[in-house]
Amino acid sequence: MKEYRTITQVAGPLVFVEKTEPVGYQELVNLVLADGSEKRGQVLDTSDDIVVVQVFETTTGIGKDTGVRFTGETIKMPVGKDMLGRILSGAGKPKDGGPDIVPEKRLEITGAAINPWARGSPRQFIQTGISTIDLTNTLVRGQKLPIFSGSGLPHNEIALQIARQAKVPGSDEQFAVVFAAMGITKEEENQFMAEFERTGALEHAVVFLNLADDPAVERIITPRLALTTAEYLAFELDYHVLVILTDMTNYCEALRQIGAAREEVPGRRGYPGYMYTDLASLYERAGIIKGKKGSVTQLSILTMPGDDITHPIPDLSGYITEGQIVVNRDLHRKGIYPPINVLPSLSRLMNLGIGKGFTREDHKKVSDQLYAGYAEGVDLRGLVAIVGKDALSERDRGFLEFAEMFENRFVRQGKDEDRTIEESLDLGWDLLKDIPEEQLVRIDRELIQKYHPKYRKKAE
Amino acid sequence: MEVKRTKGVLKRIAGPVVTAVNLDAHMYDVVKVGDEQLMGEVIKIKGEDIIIQVYEDTSGIKPGEPVENTGLSLSVELGPGLLTSIYDGIQRPLEVLVEKMGNFIERGVTAPGLSHDKKWEFKPVKKAGDMVTPGTIIGEVQETNIVHKIMIPPYCDAGKIKDIKSGSFTIDEIVCTLDNGAEIAMMHKWPVRIPRPVTEKLNPDIPLITGQRILDGLFPVAKGGTAAIPGPFGSGKTVTQQALAKWSDAEIVVYIGCGERGNEMTEVLTEFPELEDPKTGRPLMERTVLIANTSNMPVAAREASVYTGITIAEYFRDMGYDVSLMADSTSRWAEAMREISSRLEEMPGEEGYPAYLAARLSEFYERAGRVNTLNKDFGSVTVIGAVSPPGGDFSEPVTQNTLRIVKCFWALDAKLSQRRHFPAINWLNSYSLYLDTLSQYYDENVSPEWNPLRTWAMEVLQKEAELQEIVQLVGSDALPDEEQVTIEVARMLREIFLQQNAFDPVDTYCDMTKQFDILKAIRFYSDQAYAALKAGVITSQITGLKAKNDLPQIKYVKEYKPEIERIVKTMESEFTKLREAA
Ligand SMILES: Nc1ncnc2c1ncn2[C@@H]1O[C@H](COP(=O)(O)OP(=O)(O)OP(=O)(O)O)[C@@H](O)[C@H]1O
Ligand SMILES: [Mg+2]
Repeated sequence: MKEYRTITQVAGPLVFVEKTEPVGYQELVNLVLADGSEKRGQVLDTSDDIVVVQVFETTTGIGKDTGVRFTGETIKMPVGKDMLGRILSGAGKPKDGGPDIVPEKRLEITGAAINPWARGSPRQFIQTGISTIDLTNTLVRGQKLPIFSGSGLPHNEIALQIARQAKVPGSDEQFAVVFAAMGITKEEENQFMAEFERTGALEHAVVFLNLADDPAVERIITPRLALTTAEYLAFELDYHVLVILTDMTNYCEALRQIGAAREEVPGRRGYPGYMYTDLASLYERAGIIKGKKGSVTQLSILTMPGDDITHPIPDLSGYITEGQIVVNRDLHRKGIYPPINVLPSLSRLMNLGIGKGFTREDHKKVSDQLYAGYAEGVDLRGLVAIVGKDALSERDRGFLEFAEMFENRFVRQGKDEDRTIEESLDLGWDLLKDIPEEQLVRIDRELIQKYHPKYRKKAE
Repeated sequence: MEVKRTKGVLKRIAGPVVTAVNLDAHMYDVVKVGDEQLMGEVIKIKGEDIIIQVYEDTSGIKPGEPVENTGLSLSVELGPGLLTSIYDGIQRPLEVLVEKMGNFIERGVTAPGLSHDKKWEFKPVKKAGDMVTPGTIIGEVQETNIVHKIMIPPYCDAGKIKDIKSGSFTIDEIVCTLDNGAEIAMMHKWPVRIPRPVTEKLNPDIPLITGQRILDGLFPVAKGGTAAIPGPFGSGKTVTQQALAKWSDAEIVVYIGCGERGNEMTEVLTEFPELEDPKTGRPLMERTVLIANTSNMPVAAREASVYTGITIAEYFRDMGYDVSLMADSTSRWAEAMREISSRLEEMPGEEGYPAYLAARLSEFYERAGRVNTLNKDFGSVTVIGAVSPPGGDFSEPVTQNTLRIVKCFWALDAKLSQRRHFPAINWLNSYSLYLDTLSQYYDENVSPEWNPLRTWAMEVLQKEAELQEIVQLVGSDALPDEEQVTIEVARMLREIFLQQNAFDPVDTYCDMTKQFDILKAIRFYSDQAYAALKAGVITSQITGLKAKNDLPQIKYVKEYKPEIERIVKTMESEFTKLREAA
């Protein structure tokens, strides 16, 4: 392989190389520093005159004396069954002192798009044991459902509780967790790793760690390595894979940094105009494929800068993912765990995986009714602050009370409390029974007759 | 250009945009890029540099690789076989791609839009000696339950039929020859960026019946009209578009998934073959053409997908059909333009979008319309575009430029969707500019009472909004009796008429008669309620009327007539009792 010493410019994470032979777009590049150490990069722009290389590590030490080798191929990742149980760096190198991965295959990390014709529809209910997810924002296999959180909120606990409790009732198929950390703190890393070890989850997991003090640009490839691994496990080895990507906000910051270094025209709030497309190339790597046993379910975590859901990172994510679980600071301050605000939360695939034959026939309608009641109660809180409780009608006071109960009994649960979907549904009915029956307009008469505690007691 | 250099070389590759030199080309020529012959299109010419957008991933392509100009424009194949198909943005059938390259979309594979082997039964409707002109229908093919009409292509010259066949043919075989030498097959090609010609554009004065109460009732769109559905993520754009694709009374539906989710297209693919068209009883898929260029498929093909879709829609319009086209989402199309434009280093306009954004949007929506076709039939293309404004802020360029063009605005509202009021269309911000032109249709085809009822419902809802502002300050109990009744009636309009569950097997579609009956029942309650107030009945008895609690259930009942009649009767007798007691 030919080595060039024709670097003309280094700017941020970018290196400009001249007078090369034809180099392929997106080719993997090795940079050999004067002290013999190596760094890796990728071609972003290639022409007869100049090649622009994005370096995945810091550019410290790179200069005109750095040798540049173009490998002639795009970035590939060695994958194999013995990856389970391994801890790798954000660039895919062993970090646990173990041997290199014995590759059964080397896969392109950009990953081609799943042909929509080949996709199967995700409709297998995953029970997480958390009522605000299972009943009101149901997760199904093959879904991409992120957690929108804020700094200092317990999103990691929620993600871990889901990873620990998630199961498809009545199934014992093999599952795996692929965990990719991007720019998380050492402390957060410890929290995750301790939990994985405590529960024995590590055996079924592949962990990629890019920590806060690791190079930011490396974060561009970390999720791609993780998703390539997940697809391999799911579609070649038949695993049901749960991918946890955290924190997508750090990923987006890295994207912005590269955009700035390339002097691109920035989009909203300085993020690149192509961020939607770029994020889609990650989030869309979830789903199931007809005729394949495995599945890729994505649970990414992102912290909303300033708790602002309209910030480009949550906004563009929400436009791509199949819903979102929103963690809320007010609920957290009230001491409610998990502080999930159901109102802005959503699971778009829920309709496919619930109801008769999946969970229970009253699921959808109970969920709708709980939402409507809670939304009404929350609205009334604003009014009470102005006019006082006494100015409310009896109906309104009922909903106000309902909202309180909803938060305290339905939302609130223990960190190890694993509720079945039936328990969650019955809990929902138990709250609804305090609303006058004729105000349950979202539920058909038939279902009320069958499940409303008033009638159930009679029947029993 | 003197020497025709059809083969050039690549000079630069940066993402989906590449530069070639030593090549003669015109704007929008289709070229084959690199050793793998990836499909691309010329989008800029700058001195010696020919700038090309590539419809496939360009990873690994090197400077020095060849580029070949086909000299053709980006075109679609039009003929039997379109219906029930699902294509990517450049009309490659996704089903064929799975056969050729497996579950993932790799590159460098070409596949024609239509099957060139399949034989179709061609029945001529013209005979030798007949005069034909561009657009004349010369024969028919029973494609699904839809009759596919074979037309003289718009670019042909008029002439006399020399010979016309009958029988089983592939789309390439000649079925008709003209005395001017023209040979007509069942398929012809048309460049996607050029609108297909019509005789004349007409005024759209027939509503597209959608089966969605808030749309048909309050903000109707006309057949051949334009509508936009803007809304933040998760507010219901896709569900609404899919409901329209399922239930609107168009004869043909073209659904474009432009830069959106893969699973959503899968959903359409699994659902549509199983759902019945309420008009014909046939599977919905039989009248549908899908274009799926999802968010992770190449952006240049995403840019093209909208043109591919509308050209197919126009083609069916030319046969005399009412076509409706859904584009979900036009914002992703605009973003594709922005992405390509920024790679071209063009001067950015507002928020980085190219300066020609407004022009492209209006050219696209201009291709909608109710027309007199070249064959002198009536046909229409209704265009309904979803818009995905960043942060849900309608002041951004795509929403604003769209608003300037379209005649219906169905504004989705996160406040409504968060409390699961669906469809989350805000009845105060939305509008339809077709109300006047359509009113005659309702008079004649629904009821002379329809237009006044609609006006009444809108007034009540508007009044409620004003009252709510007061309630926010003083609480609802402080309102005068009459206004408390208004609030109750408005609640009924919202909860019974406006809310409609797209996932309920019955409520997902509501015909005009049922819409009318529901509105009338609410109006009945309202009239009786004010009369009762006058007679001295106390408000809580009026708002607490028992029988009206049964009204919401009507939505979930298919044979609702006896039930609604019973409810109205019971309301009446309850009111009579209340008045007598007062
Ligand atoms: N008419 C309706 N009836 C019942 N539920 C609805 C309706 N409209 C929307 N929803 C609910 O809202 C969710 C989100 O709707 P949808 O996917 O259409 O949003 P969207 O506006 O297309 O979002 P995005 O811009 O992210 O694609 C649906 O999954 C469904 O749960
Ligand atoms: Mg959508």
